[in-house]
Amino acid sequence: MGSESELSELQPTWQFLNPIPQGPLPTIPEPAAAPEVELIIDGRETSVPTGSTLLQATKSLGIETPTLCYLENLTPVNACRVCVVELEGSRTLVPACSRKVEAGMQVQTDSPRVRLSRRMVLEFLASSVDVSTAPELQQYMGQYAAEPERYGPSGPPALGNERDAAVPGHHVAPDGATAGTVEQPVKIDNELYIRDYSKCILCYKCVEACGEDAQNTFAIAVAGRGFDARIATEYTVPLPDSACVYCGNCIGVCPTGALMFRSEYEMREAGTWDESAQSETDTICSYCGVGCNLQLHIQDNEIVKVMSPIESGVTQGHLCIKGRFGWQFMQQPKKK
Amino acid sequence: MWLGVDVGADIALANAMGREIIAAGLANEEFIDNATSDFAAYRSAVEPYTLTYAEEITGVPAAVIRETAHTYARADRAQICWTLGITEHHNAVDNVLAIINLALLTGHVGRYGSGLNPLRGQNNVQGSGDMGALPDRLPGFQHVENAPLREKFERAWHKRIPAKKGWNLSEMFDAMELGVLTALYVIGENPAQSEADQHRAINLLQGLEILVVQDVLMNATAAMADVVLPAAASWCESDGTVTNSERRVQRVRRALDAPPGVKDDITILCDLATRMGGDLGPPVAESIWDELRSLSPFHTGMSYERIEQLGGIQWPCYDESHPGELYLHGRLWARPVIGPRAPFHAVAYKPPAEWLDDRFPIRLTTGRRLDSFNTGVQTAGYTSPLRRRETIDLSPEDGRKLGVAEGETVRVSSRRGSVEAPVRIDSTLRPGLAFMTPHFPNEVATNELTIDATDPKSGTAEFKAAAIRIDKVEVGVAQD
Repeated sequence: MGSESELSELQPTWQFLNPIPQGPLPTIPEPAAAPEVELIIDGRETSVPTGSTLLQATKSLGIETPTLCYLENLTPVNACRVCVVELEGSRTLVPACSRKVEAGMQVQTDSPRVRLSRRMVLEFLASSVDVSTAPELQQYMGQYAAEPERYGPSGPPALGNERDAAVPGHHVAPDGATAGTVEQPVKIDNELYIRDYSKCILCYKCVEACGEDAQNTFAIAVAGRGFDARIATEYTVPLPDSACVYCGNCIGVCPTGALMFRSEYEMREAGTWDESAQSETDTICSYCGVGCNLQLHIQDNEIVKVMSPIESGVTQGHLCIKGRFGWQFMQQPKKK
Repeated sequence: MWLGVDVGADIALANAMGREIIAAGLANEEFIDNATSDFAAYRSAVEPYTLTYAEEITGVPAAVIRETAHTYARADRAQICWTLGITEHHNAVDNVLAIINLALLTGHVGRYGSGLNPLRGQNNVQGSGDMGALPDRLPGFQHVENAPLREKFERAWHKRIPAKKGWNLSEMFDAMELGVLTALYVIGENPAQSEADQHRAINLLQGLEILVVQDVLMNATAAMADVVLPAAASWCESDGTVTNSERRVQRVRRALDAPPGVKDDITILCDLATRMGGDLGPPVAESIWDELRSLSPFHTGMSYERIEQLGGIQWPCYDESHPGELYLHGRLWARPVIGPRAPFHAVAYKPPAEWLDDRFPIRLTTGRRLDSFNTGVQTAGYTSPLRRRETIDLSPEDGRKLGVAEGETVRVSSRRGSVEAPVRIDSTLRPGLAFMTPHFPNEVATNELTIDATDPKSGTAEFKAAAIRIDKVEVGVAQD
């Protein structure tokens, strides 16, 4: 208690009056260098360390490979097949994002077969999914001359929670005249973010980020089979009844805008979302001592979205609920 | 493994682990012989802490303590991380020393992947210390009572610096009580609600001759102030740096314009200095940082440019070719060791300051919930689906014993105060332990319950261990 302690001099013997001398420079123990593997990509000889993926090998040669389900901070799941390349001796095309290099591989990254396959993957996605807020995917569509219109006009959207109630094995085959669609109502069940699964390409990134690759919360998984497959909470309960902790790391990795800040969604609905008028500034979260890097998206002197740069060594792009959403106090009437 | 140690029993656990490591022949003798001192005194001090005795005190089964000790000692790399559960006790520094002893005993310090990690609870707690916001340190941890170091600052600042260390926060409140401290200038803190034994804290703040508060928001302390200086938010309306738990200095940047008339902290301080007839130079974050670099060897190599390039730099960083240091204390592995040996400190288990008895039979510990932060000044601003307002969390066993149900409002009392809160039954709590947070002080003033028994070495209050009682609130009966 205060009354018991005098303002007397404390004499802690553990305190150093003098600075600690400089020691040797700390180092990270180097793992034994992996032997190089030689392979041929698009007729060019190259060598990369054992254990590298074909994606890393193509990147080291400056070859751009499209990816949708791949991200540096997630484990590859091979879901989207847009990164496929042609490997001599292989019956099928192989996903560059996860296929490990082997000595003597001969790889084509831009053959007619590769281009056709990538084009069809993009067309299947764009014919059934709303890709209007997926800039990367749109760019690839241009690059590969994808024409999703050739699958016909969009079929009827799912009503209510029809898609959530779909039972595996009970899929109704389409009539062939229209393109199947995953269009369905937007899920708005909390103040922080919305889920618009009409825009979901099932890349699994959100599932990975919610699970072992970042958050270890496991609030979502892929439910259903085939065209009825969808991202779902356990028993498709609303988010507030699920295990979700609102870190928003799923939003951070979503490539199509299916997962979106509620603030962004509402501004888009109101027609006030204007990326050309937005600036981005990197700073550090104001809460705990981890020091997560925040990328603030600002429009009209207000924060409209918070992301985290994937290059940041502190948390590789991941945040918690406070860093992702806890900035509203900056935008209330204040400092009266 | 989860040990579920009884609140306040950490030293008994650490000492028992130390005794077991020595007895099992798992101590790192080479490291102890060459890099440490006072081992013999440590060995005798932990001798009474048998596994059986520690089990009695900590509630952790002896076999589990043994396994933990062996696993820790045998690991190639091992870290001990802690937060306020170790440091918000009346014997906080002893708790930390008990942990340091384990690292010295096993050599799990000063090497890649090993070490001692106090995880900081706020984004710039580390930086505040780095910058000398400590009663005994100048920037860069240079001790104010070391004359040559102090004189270096005096020469740069053309001012005399008091040659004696000042008061820590708890000592400041004691000084208010004695009438020695009569003026207080609070920047970015809410002591009216964040201090333990809130009644006492508010009384003392009210007794000041002048209270000045500089803050982003009008918090409860600002509401009591004679002068309020509205400040720009340091993390998005100002430029500067913060230091995180891993000693990484990173840039905060101005992304928003502060509201009209609101200045950043640096400008306010420089303006005040000017009014008082001083001159702190231009109110520019980078030039102040460069001045710091010229005075603090730990920071000399950290130009804004390099901080940006390297994604932050971990101090110490002695010059512009230095990469910063991933871990500290590598000097202890040089042979002969560079600098002083690291001393063991014999510390003894002492129970929390407040004993449990028939009147106050339940142990209250306090902490945070994921979506909220401290006294809620910032986090009150957003709607969290996880938020369930304040509750008194009880084990199912205690709930049954007291005859209270989930959601039922009860009266929670300690020797210092009394609040009402709804009950939440939490099966992760052990019988006899209750939990509350400080997040909603305007609804439930949890810190009216907490005890301000403070650690004499660190000045930290024992937020983690108060004795409380819980009484049913009878409907229709007025409460005092």
